[in-house]
Amino acid sequence: MKKVCIYFQVHQPFRLRTYRFFDIGLNHNYFDDYANRNYIRRIAERCYLPANQLLYDLLTKHKGKFKVAFSLSGTFIDQMLEYAPDVLESFQRLAKTKKVEFLAETYAHSLASLKDKAEFHAQIRAHTRKIEELFGYKPKVFRNTELVYSNQIGADVFELGFDGVLAEGAKHILGWRSPNFVYVNPVCPKQKVLLRNYKLSDDIAFRFSNQSWDQWPLTAEKYVSWLLNIESKEEIINIFMDYETIGEHQRSETGIFDFLRYLPSEILKHPQELEFVTPSEAIRQLQPISPISVDYPTSWADEERDLTAWLGNDLQQDAFNKLYEMQEFINNHPDSEIKKIYRYLQASDHFYYMSTKWFSDGEVHKYFNPFGSPYEAYINFRNVLNDFMLYTGFTCDVRHEVERLTKINRRQEEIIRELKHLLSINTKSTKKKTTTKAVTESIISEPKNEKSTPKKTVKKETPIAAKKTKTPTVKKSTTIKKSKDQ
Amino acid sequence: MRVLMFGWEFPPHIAGGLGTACYGLTRGLAYHGVKVDFVVPKVYGDEDQSQIKLHSAEEVEFSERRFSFGKFYEQMRYFEIGSNIVPYLSPEEFSILVGEDIDKDSTKTEKILGRKFRFSGKYGADLMLEVSRYAVVAAALAQELDFDLIHAHDWLTYAAGVAAKRATGKPLVVHIHATEFDRSGENVNQQVYNIERMGMMEADLVISVSNFTRQIVISRYGISPEKVITVHNAVEADEREREVYKKHLPEKIVTFLGRITYQKGPDYFVQAAVKVLQKDINVRFVMAGSGDMLNRIIHNVAALGIADKFHFTGFLRGPEVTKMFAMSDVYVMPSVSEPFGISPLEAMRSNVPVIISKQSGVAEVLKHAIKIDFWDVDAMADSIYGLIHYRALPRMFKNFGKAEVDNLKWDNSAAKVIQVYQKALELRK
Repeated sequence: MKKVCIYFQVHQPFRLRTYRFFDIGLNHNYFDDYANRNYIRRIAERCYLPANQLLYDLLTKHKGKFKVAFSLSGTFIDQMLEYAPDVLESFQRLAKTKKVEFLAETYAHSLASLKDKAEFHAQIRAHTRKIEELFGYKPKVFRNTELVYSNQIGADVFELGFDGVLAEGAKHILGWRSPNFVYVNPVCPKQKVLLRNYKLSDDIAFRFSNQSWDQWPLTAEKYVSWLLNIESKEEIINIFMDYETIGEHQRSETGIFDFLRYLPSEILKHPQELEFVTPSEAIRQLQPISPISVDYPTSWADEERDLTAWLGNDLQQDAFNKLYEMQEFINNHPDSEIKKIYRYLQASDHFYYMSTKWFSDGEVHKYFNPFGSPYEAYINFRNVLNDFMLYTGFTCDVRHEVERLTKINRRQEEIIRELKHLLSINTKSTKKKTTTKAVTESIISEPKNEKSTPKKTVKKETPIAAKKTKTPTVKKSTTIKKSKDQ
Repeated sequence: MRVLMFGWEFPPHIAGGLGTACYGLTRGLAYHGVKVDFVVPKVYGDEDQSQIKLHSAEEVEFSERRFSFGKFYEQMRYFEIGSNIVPYLSPEEFSILVGEDIDKDSTKTEKILGRKFRFSGKYGADLMLEVSRYAVVAAALAQELDFDLIHAHDWLTYAAGVAAKRATGKPLVVHIHATEFDRSGENVNQQVYNIERMGMMEADLVISVSNFTRQIVISRYGISPEKVITVHNAVEADEREREVYKKHLPEKIVTFLGRITYQKGPDYFVQAAVKVLQKDINVRFVMAGSGDMLNRIIHNVAALGIADKFHFTGFLRGPEVTKMFAMSDVYVMPSVSEPFGISPLEAMRSNVPVIISKQSGVAEVLKHAIKIDFWDVDAMADSIYGLIHYRALPRMFKNFGKAEVDNLKWDNSAAKVIQVYQKALELRK
C-alpha cells in the first residue's frame, strides 16, 4: 500500500510599486495596490475559484477517501481579505469538509529562518493564529518558504511543537535513497520529514503542457500507472506544487482541470495499492526509515535546489542584510502598521526578482518577475527600504540633520557677534554682566526648542534664514529647489 | 578571400563610432585570414596599417577608365543637397576640394578626371559632392585591384560600393551602422534615404549591426528580410596597460559621452540630472562630445541653474576618453535611436556601470546593464541615483560587466561576417 500526499502552495506577495528615489521621504505607499488587486482577481478567476470548486466537488464525491493539503501564506490571506473575499469563502468551504489540511508557514513567506530565529518563530505563530481564526484548524505540520529546509530549521520549528516538516527530495541530500519514505531529522529524532518527489510533482507543474515532452499528453490514467509502477516497498509519494499550476501556469486549455478531475478516481480505482493521506496523517501512520541529514539549506527552486535564487548574488545579499539590520529596531517599535509593512517587505519574492540566474536558465524566473531586470528590482527595493528606514526613524535624514545643525551654528555665531558687540559698547557700563547673562541663557534654551518643533516648520523657515546670512553650499541647493517648487 | 572595403573614416581620425567599428572588424577579419583592401577618402599616414592595406582614394589616377563609370557618375549628379542637415557634420568647415565642380559637361569632366582628387576626409558641408567623387574613384580603384567581394560601410560609401560592383561585377555587401531614421528621427533627408535604399537594393546581402536596425531596414526601406543579416558589433580587446587615474573630486561623476545630437538624446540626460540634483547635490554630471545641439544644451543647463554641477568637455579622443571613464561612476547612453552603440562597452571595460536606452542595438547583447526607455527620465534618474547610492550595484557590475564585455570579441563578429561573405558568393553561383 502506497500513500499519495498532495499539497498545494498558495502564495502571493504584496508587489512593490515603481518607487523612485524622489519618492523617498515623501511617499510611504510602497505597494502597488492596483497590480496586486489585478493579480489576485485574475488568478482567482483562472485558478482559485474554479479549482476550489472542483476540489470541493471531488471531496464530497469521494466521501473522505480523497484528501489534500494547502499552505496559504499570510500575505496571500491578507490580500484575499482585501481583494477576494469570495476566494476566502471558497477555501473556508473546503475547510468545512474536514478532509483538507492547512499547513503552517511563515506569515510573510519570508526567509527569516535563515536570519533571525525570534522573527522566524514570531511569523510562524502569527500565521498559525491567522489560520486558526479563519479556518478553525490548528496547523500541525510545517513547511517553510519555498521548502527551504535544513537540520537546524527543522530543530527551530520543533521548538514550536511541529513534529512534521516538508522538504525537497533533492538529489544531493538523498544520494541513492528514495524520497518515497518518511525520514527523521537527525538533530531531533522525534521530527519526521516528508520529501517532495520532484519528478512526479514537476511532471504536472512544469511538463504537463510541454508538447515536446515525450510523455505529452499526460492523462490521469497514465500518471496513475506511473504511481503503480513505483516499487511496492516504497511508502509515500509526496506531490507538492504551487496551486497556481491549476489554471494559471497550466491554463485550462491544456486540460489541467480534467486531469485533476480524473486523478482521484483513477487513484481510488486501486484501493489495494494506493490511498490518499494528508501530511499529518502520513506522519502519524508511517514509521521513518532512516535519518536524513541536511546540513545546508535546500529549497525546491531551480536545478540546484539551493538558496541561490534568492541570495545568490551581491544585490540580493545586500538587500537582505540591509533589511534585517532593522529587525531589532522594528521589534521595539510600537506601531503595528509598521511591523506589518516590515513583514511584507520580507517576502522572498522581492529577492527572487533580483536574481541574475534567469540570464542563463530561467523561463520560470522570467514568468514571475514584474521587473525588466534584476538591477531594476534591486534599485526599487532599496529605494523603498531607504524610505522605510527614514519613515520609521531607523535612520535620520542627513539633509534635515545638516539643516538643523547649520541653523544652530548660525544662531550661535549671531549671538557671539551680538555679545562681542555688547562687550565693545558696554565696556564702561555696569549693566553689561546682566545682559550677557540673559542672552547666554537664550542660547542654551533655543536649540532644545528647535528639536521639538516638527520638521515642517523648520523647512518653512529656512529660505528666509538663508537670505539673511551667508549659507553653506549644502543649504544653497535646498533653497534653490524650494523656490523652484513654488 | 580578399575584400575591397569602403569606409569613410579609420582610427585615429574618427568623428563617430564607425571608424572604431571598421578597425575592429578588419582586425577580426585579418585574424581569420581574410585580406582587406580598405578604402578611405583620405589617408593621414599615421593609421595602424599592420593588418590591412589602406588605400587613399586620392592616390588614384584615372584617365582612360572614365567611360566605364561615366554613366554612373551622371546619376550621382542629382544627389547634391543642402549642407546644414548633413549628419556627422564636423565642426571644421569643409574646405579643401581641389577638383572643380563637376557637371554633365563632358570636356569639364575630362579635365577633372585627369587630375588627382583630394578628399578632405571629414564629414563636411559639400558631402554629397564628395560622396559622388568617392564613387567615381571607387570604380576606378576597383578595376585596378584584385578581390572577391565588395564591402561598404554606411551610406556615405554605398555609392562607391555600387559603382565598384557595376565596374567589376563582384558581389556587394553593405553594412548598416546607422540609418537616416536614427540620425534624423522622422525628418529624414530624402536624398540620403535614396542613397541608402539604392545601396541596400543593389547589395547582394545587407549586414545590420542589431536586430533593432534590421527591423528598420526591413520596414522602412522595404528590403527583403532574407537579405538582411544581423551581426552585432564587438569591442576591441584591450591590450594597453590601463593607467590608474585618480579622481580628484569628492563627488560621484555621471558621464554622457557621444555626439551631442538629436540621435543621442542629450536633453534627456540633462532632465535626469536635474532630478538627481534635486535630491543629492554630491554628484557631478559631465557631457563629453560636440555636436549641433551643444549650444542649446549649454543654454538649458544654465537656465535650469545646475551649471555648477554640470560640465562640458568638448570632443574627447583616445586617452582622454580612457581618463574620462576612469573618473566616472556611472555612464549613461540615453540614445533616441542607436543602431548599436559601442561606447557603453568601452565604459564597462573600465568597470563603469552603464545605463543604456532600450532603443539601442547594444541592449540586445548586454545583460549586465540597466536598460531604460530613452524618454523615461524618471527611470533614468532613479537608476543613476541607485548606482551611486547602493554599493552592491557597482560591485555587481565590476564582477560581471567586464567579463561580459570581454566576451564580445571582434573575432566572433568577423566570423559571422565571413559567413555572410560566403553566402553572398554562393548566391552568385
